[in-house]
Amino acid sequence: MKDMTNPGMIAFRKDLFADERDDRLNEVGKPTRRQDILGHVTGRSPFYDDHLFDGLTHLRCVRSPHHAARVRRIDTAEAARIPGVVRILTGADVPRNLNTLLSLLDFGIDDEPVLSTDRVRYRGEPVAAVIAETEAQARAAVKAVRVEWEPLPHVLDVEEAIRPGAPVVLDIYPGNRFVYHGKYDHQKLRYGDVEAAFGHADHIVEGRYQMSPIEQAPIETCGAIAAPEQNGRYVCYTSTQALFFSLGTAAKVLNLPSSRLHFIGGTVGGGFGGKVDSIHEPLAILGAMLTGRPVKYMWDREEEMQVGAPRGAERWYIKDGVMKDGRIVARRFTGFFDSGAYTRLSSYAVIKAAGHLPGPYTIPNVHADVYCVFTNRTPATAMRGFGITGVDFAIEAHMDKVAEVVGMNPVALRILNAYRDGDMKAHRRVAKNCALIECCQVVAEKAGVRLSPELLAMSSRRGGGGERGRLPAHTATDEAGRVEGFAAQGYARRGGPRPVEPPRQAAPGPAPVAASASRAADPRARGAAAPAAAGGGSMPPPAAPPEPPAPAPAPARPGSLRFSSISGFRRR
Amino acid sequence: MALHRGRGFAAINYPIGMNLGGDPSQALVHSNPDGKFTVALSAIDLGQGMKSVVRQIAAETLGVPVEDVYVDTADSDTGPHDMGSFASRGTHRMGNAVIRAAQEARSVMLEAAAEELEVDAADLVTDGRGNIHVKGAPSRSITTMAAAQAAQFRQGRTIAGRGIFLVPLSDVDPETGEMSPVTTFAHAAMLVEVEVDDETGEVAVTDMQSAYEVGRALNPRLVEQQLRGGAWMGMSHAAWETTEPCYPARDHGPVDFNTYLMPGPGDLAPHHISVLERPAEDGPFGGKGPGEMCANPVLPAVVNAVYDAVGVRIDELPVTPEKVLRALRAQGGARPRRRL
Repeated sequence: MKDMTNPGMIAFRKDLFADERDDRLNEVGKPTRRQDILGHVTGRSPFYDDHLFDGLTHLRCVRSPHHAARVRRIDTAEAARIPGVVRILTGADVPRNLNTLLSLLDFGIDDEPVLSTDRVRYRGEPVAAVIAETEAQARAAVKAVRVEWEPLPHVLDVEEAIRPGAPVVLDIYPGNRFVYHGKYDHQKLRYGDVEAAFGHADHIVEGRYQMSPIEQAPIETCGAIAAPEQNGRYVCYTSTQALFFSLGTAAKVLNLPSSRLHFIGGTVGGGFGGKVDSIHEPLAILGAMLTGRPVKYMWDREEEMQVGAPRGAERWYIKDGVMKDGRIVARRFTGFFDSGAYTRLSSYAVIKAAGHLPGPYTIPNVHADVYCVFTNRTPATAMRGFGITGVDFAIEAHMDKVAEVVGMNPVALRILNAYRDGDMKAHRRVAKNCALIECCQVVAEKAGVRLSPELLAMSSRRGGGGERGRLPAHTATDEAGRVEGFAAQGYARRGGPRPVEPPRQAAPGPAPVAASASRAADPRARGAAAPAAAGGGSMPPPAAPPEPPAPAPAPARPGSLRFSSISGFRRR
Repeated sequence: MALHRGRGFAAINYPIGMNLGGDPSQALVHSNPDGKFTVALSAIDLGQGMKSVVRQIAAETLGVPVEDVYVDTADSDTGPHDMGSFASRGTHRMGNAVIRAAQEARSVMLEAAAEELEVDAADLVTDGRGNIHVKGAPSRSITTMAAAQAAQFRQGRTIAGRGIFLVPLSDVDPETGEMSPVTTFAHAAMLVEVEVDDETGEVAVTDMQSAYEVGRALNPRLVEQQLRGGAWMGMSHAAWETTEPCYPARDHGPVDFNTYLMPGPGDLAPHHISVLERPAEDGPFGGKGPGEMCANPVLPAVVNAVYDAVGVRIDELPVTPEKVLRALRAQGGARPRRRL
């Protein structure tokens, strides 16, 4: 057994990069005790679940036992007779029962119902929500809801999902792939010409890497407590990691002005990315609206692990062209993010991963195709290192194979290929503020890994730029994966996709309060009515000074306008 | 049967903040008449120490002791907009917003002090202990409390400031992927030692030696907390955790901590950390964000160490005993490499 009374040493290497820092500071750099730590260790810090109300009710969901099924009928009559049941919600009660999280960033098509009405796409998808006086009564009533299911074919593997004839998870994405820039079924990264470079390389090293889904595993499970406040407002205590993101999402699906929502959070029992999805707040508030009572919606541990979105699985294929001396001259990636049944945030992670390639190395030829793939599993979402952890695993496991093939020390191989200040990166920006070489040198020294004097003398601050800082003379591009029928606009320039006209069910429940609100968020209004006005031109009016209706080029800083929507303003 | 030891290495960099930018954070700072400051935010403290690190940043910028600053978050009625605590963005984005808000508040505080001292505000400095004095003449001084009282009751000034930090949203080229993902990167290198049991297939991580470059370490204890916890999470990702052990099939999914495997205290490896501080050009006092990236190098370092120990490549995480045993059988037993 290891001696964990000593968890290990920590040393601050103030000698390194000392000339870039002024260490004469009063408060910054001190090991000041945390403002909240006494409350945490004495159990007095209030978390969302500590805000209990008189007459608090409990909400629990009826969930699909199938990976994919049609919902023929939901019979709540028997459940409604269970003692303590206050109200049973179905999709018809949700004012705007379709959302995609990144619609707040103008990215993606609304694809996910709060409570599904006609079809389920993963095991655990909710179709009804019971509100009862006690949690036990809510659980009993959930069991008493009768749902008539018609199981449908499903697909669980990313590469099976993209084969022709695979069951379609979401009708708006018939190829089971998210559509980037209205143009391709994947995100491309093209820098130089990998195929030509493979032809000149001394060695080719290939690998396949797979991560499995991982649970964020916070101590405090996700949830929210909502209650009516004065003046037609609702207060919501929440475990969210992103207060205004959750507020904006709730305002959208409940069709409420954000001014009627009062969100309180800030002290959270661990998040790790699993508390961004804003699943609980809308249902808890809807429950409070429809019952006039405080409602708590909190996952139990089983839901947290099997219904709560995990870190998604990723599959990466890497092919390297390597010279005898260890220089990597070409690297090609094919990546598959398993998004599960809905988009959530995986579409964003794919772009983040593409921008991260080929890892912290200067490689003159890089090619990547990264896919966001829909399968019939629990939707994936953010987790610590989102978009990066999986591909770093792949890259660094692969580097070990490369080192073996060329017969080099694995640390030396990293230093030899490491990016340095002034180098051009594959996403076409110049590297600065690099420190990979120094990290490698420090670990080698500590661990007794012998490095040559040349490697020990290398620095992130020297030897970069020049030839290494120039863009490739030629970059091989292609139109592979072209899709038709998606209009380009929005986030990330020629950005988020919009289908020309996917068949959409009429939104059940109360009619939208503000006509302009539904128009602003309706993909049809934007994709079909203004397909030519790409970029920021098709933006809904923000709360900022008015812009000309159809500017030709994208504004220089479209983000600052776009994000006004996070607070819900653009939907009013 | 035998236990085989092996060492594995990995190195990584990590983008700080939301990819492509476009993720603003706002902060409001104001003083009460006693010269005590409140920072109002909507940032979330997940346990990472968000409130504490921005408190130090605010105190440093205002020039007052940290005890004179309290951070209030997150109430949507009082805290201004923030994108959220994710993507290692909290310290970088919110820290910068707090600096700007604190600078504005500080300039009003110095103007109030200057009026009381009958000097030019530009000649005033703070000593970080609650006093404002004329540069080079410490005796001509006023406390921040007296300056705040004068501002409130005599001069009619509000010692307050607003701050926002926004990295403008980047475009992405559909054809080449050209983009500006982030403005700064953190770095890490990691060497782990493992013991592999060739009879049971079990992998134990026995030691971790790392170097993390995090920009300026704004609070060394909070940095250490992140690096230790994060590296252990990386270890756990490497050899224990998944919600779908039969991926892509959904069978045998864990539903509690009895079936969702994670290392217990006895499984954790000692971790010897070196912290490097190359300040980020646009980071608050050069800070980056150590929160997410500290887990990343451990995953590949563990599989590389398993290969070093017994000669099998486990390219599918987690590295379960079953996968190790099957690979050992296919190979005809352990073939130690001992390259590191």
